[in-house]
Amino acid sequence: MAEAAESPGDRETASPRPLFAGLSDISISQDIPIEGEITIPMRSRSREFDSSTLNESVQNTIMRDLKAVGKKFMHVLYPRKSNTLLRDWDLWGPLILCVTLALMLQRGSVDGDKDGGPQFAEVFVIVWFGAVTITLNSKLLGGNISFFQSLCVLGYCILPLTVAMLICRLVLLAEPGPVNFMVRLFVVVVMFAWSIAASTAFLADSQPPNRKALAVYPVFLFYFVISWMILTFTPQ
Amino acid sequence: MAAADELVFHEFEEATNLLAESPDAATTSKSDQVISPGHVAVAVGSGGSYGAEDEEEEGDKTALLQEEKPQPGFWTFSYYQRFFDVDTSQVLDRIKGSLLPRPGHNFVQHHLRNRPDLYGPFWICATLAFVLAVTGNLTLVLAQRRDPSIHYSPQFHKVTVAGITIYCYAWLVPLALWGFLRWRQGVRERMGPYSFLETVCVYGYSLFVFIPMVVLWLIPVPWLQWLFGALALALSTAGLVLTLWPVVREDTRLVAAALLSTVVLLHALLAMGSLFLPAIASRAGGASSPSDISDPAHTAAFHPGPVCGHPLGRAGLILQYHGEGAVRRPRPPKRPLPGDTSGCHLP
Repeated sequence: MAEAAESPGDRETASPRPLFAGLSDISISQDIPIEGEITIPMRSRSREFDSSTLNESVQNTIMRDLKAVGKKFMHVLYPRKSNTLLRDWDLWGPLILCVTLALMLQRGSVDGDKDGGPQFAEVFVIVWFGAVTITLNSKLLGGNISFFQSLCVLGYCILPLTVAMLICRLVLLAEPGPVNFMVRLFVVVVMFAWSIAASTAFLADSQPPNRKALAVYPVFLFYFVISWMILTFTPQ
Repeated sequence: MAAADELVFHEFEEATNLLAESPDAATTSKSDQVISPGHVAVAVGSGGSYGAEDEEEEGDKTALLQEEKPQPGFWTFSYYQRFFDVDTSQVLDRIKGSLLPRPGHNFVQHHLRNRPDLYGPFWICATLAFVLAVTGNLTLVLAQRRDPSIHYSPQFHKVTVAGITIYCYAWLVPLALWGFLRWRQGVRERMGPYSFLETVCVYGYSLFVFIPMVVLWLIPVPWLQWLFGALALALSTAGLVLTLWPVVREDTRLVAAALLSTVVLLHALLAMGSLFLPAIASRAGGASSPSDISDPAHTAAFHPGPVCGHPLGRAGLILQYHGEGAVRRPRPPKRPLPGDTSGCHLP
């Protein structure tokens, strides 16, 4: 810096030179090291967080995701007006539920496969394309919910129907008869109503008020078709 | 207070006087005359529609506004959002209009009012496809109760067949009709053809009456089923014909008659097809397993196909099981007849 202080003085006495011409003469002394750390508190904290999830054990990662999925299951089973499903959406839960439902709905291929129940791929396609269609419908009607949030809600609200499927399979282990059927019918109807109530609690607020029924009706149709598949399931 | 009198706004008085003189002045707005040629030029009488004058005005105004804005491209989302710009009350009103066609009221002019939507046609077709599959299944369940030898199976592929048929009908037939009407456009002077979306709307909403009809078909009384079928078909085709009549009226008689009869015929084919869906689906799916109905008690060993290839399908099943007498009785298996490929023998 000593040289820098001198050079302007030199320039004053010398002949007029173009502006800033002497800047290249300025050199930084080797004696004064310029180094240090620039830390902003927030950023350093997130950097620590990032590196910690890279270094954590696999069990921790899996348990964290499973806990998130489990928390959302609880929100579906006891629907309150909360934003958790919408804020931290994820598609793990819907995938688990859809695969479970499709596996349970599959029957052995003893029967002619044209006359049988839905195959795994059919259930999968119905659930996912149904959810996509309903989401597109609600967005086209002017809803302000994002695509994946809506998929997340619709997928998680299949949980009551999956529980109904489990109960139906257990009930079908008993002897067949009208009582058997009435029990299954009752369980499926109750779970169907629960699914609709849960998804409406999350989805209805995102629609303009004079179109709520238009947006909810496809959800009703979707869960009705899934309930029908569950109710007509007969293992052979 | 003369100064205060002078400060009174005289325009309000004039306006109220004007409005008091002619209460319908608001409806014959300038926008009626300024409708662009793309829209159907409607001669709205002063009697018009009573409760919905504001809607009509707004509809015309928004139609004008839409004309002025640049149209979004078909790859943008907002292009498709225009077709879903309906409220619940509007959809219900359109459904009611299709259920009860009245000779003076054209569906397109009266209910659509230049705002066709795609919500109605799409979801009515989806509902009809699923309801067809579900009632087909239910019929089988009810038939199995009377005769345990029928093997019950969910027959899920019926949903696919029904869905494809209905969607093809509801989209391809309006396309053909629209193309035909445009081709004959030169003959017409007074009224332009309907736009493609309006045609799709008319067809879509006219399919709504089939939904309760299919549900009521579960009642296993044959003459009641034919009655319901005829009634629904009449309502639906009346709606279609009344909508198409003003457009076709100015054409030559031959063309008009041919067009209307084609429309009615296709609609009737759809209605009959939904009645016979089980037979078509099981035939298309492949041969049913050979049935040995010599002993109704043998349900575990043999699983006969659900309708056994009977040409009338579900209708045949219902007609058979009308009444208490079970038609299937033990009989020794016969040699298959030359024309019979399904291996199933019924009286």
